[in-house]
Parts: sequence; C-alpha cells; structure tokens
Amino acid sequence: MIELQQLTKRYGDRLAVDDLTFTIPTGLVTGFLGPNGAGKSTTMRMILGLDRPTSGRVLVNAIRYDQLVAPLTHVGALLEAKAAQSGRSAYNHLLWLARSNRIPDRRVGEVLDAVGLQDVARKRIGGFSLGMGQRLGIAAALLGDPEVLLFDEPVNGLDPEGIVWIRTLMKSLAAEGRTVFVSSHLMSEMALTADHLIVIGHGRLLADLPMGEFIDRNSRSHVRMVTEQPEALMDALDGEAVAYRRGADGAFEAVGVEPGRIAKLASRHGLVLTELSLQRASLEEAFMEMTADAVEYHAGPATGAAVKAPAAPAHEQRKQG
Amino acid sequence: MTTATIAPPVRPGLLSRCAPVISAEWTKLRTLRGPRAMLIAGFVAVVGGGALLTFFINRNFNSLPGDAPFEPVRSSFGGLVLGQLAMVMLGVTMIGGEYASGMIRATLAAVPERGLLLAAKSLVLTAVTLAAGLVTAFSTFFVGQAMLGKHGVGIGDPNVLRAVLGGAFYLTLIALFSLGVTTILRRQTLALGILMPFFFLISGILQAIPGVTKATQFLPDQAGQKFLQIHHQSKDAFGPWTGALITMAWVALALLGAWVTLRRRDASAAS
Repeated sequence: MIELQQLTKRYGDRLAVDDLTFTIPTGLVTGFLGPNGAGKSTTMRMILGLDRPTSGRVLVNAIRYDQLVAPLTHVGALLEAKAAQSGRSAYNHLLWLARSNRIPDRRVGEVLDAVGLQDVARKRIGGFSLGMGQRLGIAAALLGDPEVLLFDEPVNGLDPEGIVWIRTLMKSLAAEGRTVFVSSHLMSEMALTADHLIVIGHGRLLADLPMGEFIDRNSRSHVRMVTEQPEALMDALDGEAVAYRRGADGAFEAVGVEPGRIAKLASRHGLVLTELSLQRASLEEAFMEMTADAVEYHAGPATGAAVKAPAAPAHEQRKQG
Repeated sequence: MTTATIAPPVRPGLLSRCAPVISAEWTKLRTLRGPRAMLIAGFVAVVGGGALLTFFINRNFNSLPGDAPFEPVRSSFGGLVLGQLAMVMLGVTMIGGEYASGMIRATLAAVPERGLLLAAKSLVLTAVTLAAGLVTAFSTFFVGQAMLGKHGVGIGDPNVLRAVLGGAFYLTLIALFSLGVTTILRRQTLALGILMPFFFLISGILQAIPGVTKATQFLPDQAGQKFLQIHHQSKDAFGPWTGALITMAWVALALLGAWVTLRRRDASAAS
C-alpha cells in the first residue's frame, strides 16, 4: 500500500507538489489526473525515492521506498519511454535490472514474451520505436512481479493499437489483484480504465473519489428533443414548467428532467418527437472545469468566493480521505 | 489508515546487499560495446606511443639533451598521456551515459541506496581498469625496454617493478577520478569537456609555464606519474610514494563529492 503524507516539493519559489495527502487504493486501477505541469511526474518520482520531498513523506508498505529490500519486487514503474541506454539490447537491459534485485534471469524472457518483444530481444534499444520503448519500460516494471505498478502517461505517443494494449494490460493487472497507479492528462482515457480517481491541479489535491462518483457528480446531463411541431412542444413544456433552451440545430435541450417524463408529456399532448435522448456532458469538460477552477483559485483570491463553490466536492473528499 | 511507521524489515548485511548491485554494474559494463573499445584503444595508445618514443630515444640516445638521469620505465609509458584519455572516457561514461539517456532513474529506482550504488560502480571500474591496466603496463614496459636495447632496464632492477605496477594503478586512479567528477557534474558532455582537455592539454601547458611548474606537480595526473620514475629528479617536489598519495587524495575527494551529490540531489540530470 502506498500512502502520501503532506507530500510537498518546492523548486526554488515554485511549489510543484503542495501538501498532497492520499492513499492509493489497493487492487484497483487508480487514475492520477491533472493538466500538464500539475505535479504528477514529480509525485511519482517522489514515490520511487528518486526526488526528495521538501517536506512530508511517502510510505510503501509502511516504510520508505529506499528502505525496501529488492524494491523492484514491490513496486514496478514506467516513468518515461526509453529510460535505457541505446547501445544495449532489450534482453541485456532487463538482465542488469533483474540482477540488481536478485530476480532470476528467466524472468527476463518471461516479461519480454508478456509485452511481445521476444523477437527483438537481442536488438539494440536505439533502434526501437516509441511504442517498442514503451513496451520495454512496461517489461521492466513487470520484471519483479510487483504488487504495485506505477505508469506515468503510458499512452503518450502510442498508436491506437498500443493504446488499446495498455488499457487491457492495466485492467488485467488489477484483475490479478495488483495496484495500478496511472497518470494521465486525458480524462477520456481515464474514464475507460480507472476505477478510482485522484485529481491534482497546481500540485494540490482536487479530488479523490471512485470513478463512478466522479461521473455522477460531474456529468451534467440534459434531455435532447427534436420535433417537427416546435410551437406545440414549447407550449407543452411551458405548461408543465420544464426549463429548456433551443440548441444551435433547432433541437430542444432540457435540464433537470427525465426523458421518461418528456415522453409522457409528448404523448399527452399528441406530439411526435423524432428524437428523444439523454445527453451527458463530457467528463473531459468536467475535468477541465475542475482544474481550471484550481488555477483561478490560486491566481486571484479576489474571485475566490465565486470559484470556490465548484471545487467543494474536492474539499469534502479531502476531509474524508 | 496507518500513519505510524512500522519498523523496517531487517535488512540483509552490507555484503549481501552489495553483491547484486556489483553484479548489475558488471552486467551493464559488459553489455555495451563502448567500454571494451575504450580499453583496447587505451592499450593501443599506451603501448604504441611507448614503442614509438623508445624507438626514437634509442636511435638518438647520445644526442639527447639534459643531464637528468634517464628514465627508461617512464619512457616506455610515452603513450600514457594519450592512453589515459580512454580511462577518462570509461570513468565518465560509467555514470555519465546513464544521466545522458535517463537510465539513471531506472538505476536509482532499482538501487535506492545511493552510497551502495557508487561503491559498486567504483569497485567494478577498479577491477576492470586494474586488469586492463596491468596488461597494458607490462606490455608497454617490455615492448619499450626491447626498443631501448642496451639503454633499457630489467623488471628485477631497483624500483622498476614498483614503477610498472604504478603505471597500472595510475590508469585505475584516473578512471575513478573521472567517475567521481562526472557524478558531481551529473552531465556526461560537460564532464568530458572538462576532463579530456585537462588531462591531454591543460595540465601539460601549465607545467610548461615557468612560474607554476612547482605547483602543477600536485595535479592528479602529474603527481601520479611520479610513480613511473625510478630515479629522483632535481625538479621533483616529492617522491613517487607521496605522488601516489596525492593522486589518491584527489580520487578520494572526487568520490566523496560524488557521494554527497548523489545522496543529496534528485535523480534527474542537471539542467
């Protein structure tokens, strides 16, 4: 289990990570979300003991990372593609990693098979594509058969096939009972893979909640209606005090109402709806709004009261977490 | 949520923590082509340079200037100034290559005990350069003495074995010094840019400036090269053993700086 306690990292006068406290839930895929520059990579490096926190600490299985015996057998990490010397073969790169943690040599072949690099195992890493480099990084993370896996922006620069492969891999790793902590700046990507979400902006915790809860809270839905009798529909909606607006294409959009109620209403008034659907606002928008608020909140205290409200769920969560 | 720290599991002893790290560093070194090429280049430069110099010394022995006692061992190490650059490159790339490629993060995630990492790197570098240094030193000695003919010395003559072994240790010390400096700088290109010209040019130029000749004897390379002499020269400020100690002190200083840097700084390359 990985716990962050008041973790803070300061570079000169810039706070990269600001008082982060959360626990990564075990056995799930947790999405670590934030815009570029939010402090995700810095946080991940601090978890691995690569960067020193200015204050606060991270505990892995209740001890500091640098006190772990054979750390690769506890935590595997993909930090960046090709964190490897180009002159060495994929096999030999994994071999020195294995030796450093007393991992048996046969694991090297196993993980190369697992990521599909068995045919290029003896080829120099310098000739690898970005996707192959990413697969090698994942092989390195899996090498020690660790219970925790950290992936920093694993889909960056991958082709669609590679993206699907990584998504499937992360889910299957969690299905095996492993903890997967994956950073991304794309909400849409996380919506497809993550069970739990941790959102940061400007180094601060904005949300720590199950994926489903995030979707429920943040997807403001509306009902979309299209009809060939707009006047009649307007009368009907006004008659039942349903708030609506006209979309750009002439469709009606109503907020805070169930599609079923509209269907009944239309039926009572003898209206024909050629389209009736529930539209969800994209999670990407909800995420951008959440992080944009954090930015504004930081920049101008004068507007604090106005922008604080939407960020409230995050503060509630922080108290609970 | 447990916030209290549980006592860490009992860590294995230093020796058994060291073994896998040494094994990993050795695997790294032998799985790149560069190090092997550097050792061969160093051998060729030292032995070739020594053979060339001793050949010409022998041909022109009677017309050689000066009244200082002739140094046959030192002459057979005539290629050392060039050959030591291979040791500089080996020491620099041993960790510089990891900073340049970003692999240092993988290394430090695998071996978070940074003092142990530096010790393992130093140990592997010492073993490799000492083995290569011994082969190089004895080869250049015997080739050089053969070239010198009647002006040469035998390995059993006074101080000769000490001087030849000193040549091998000198190469090791230069490699270790370079490893230390590179770890402090955390940048391969910067380290090469400082160390290569220093050992190849600047040290020699400084030596030729009349006012500072005395002081330059204390530089890591010039102090160490005293060990190749079998006679006392009038300009010497100190003898071979003091020279060796001075170079070892430089190496110790560089590695101490490396240890402090590695422990304090974040894992990324200096920017």
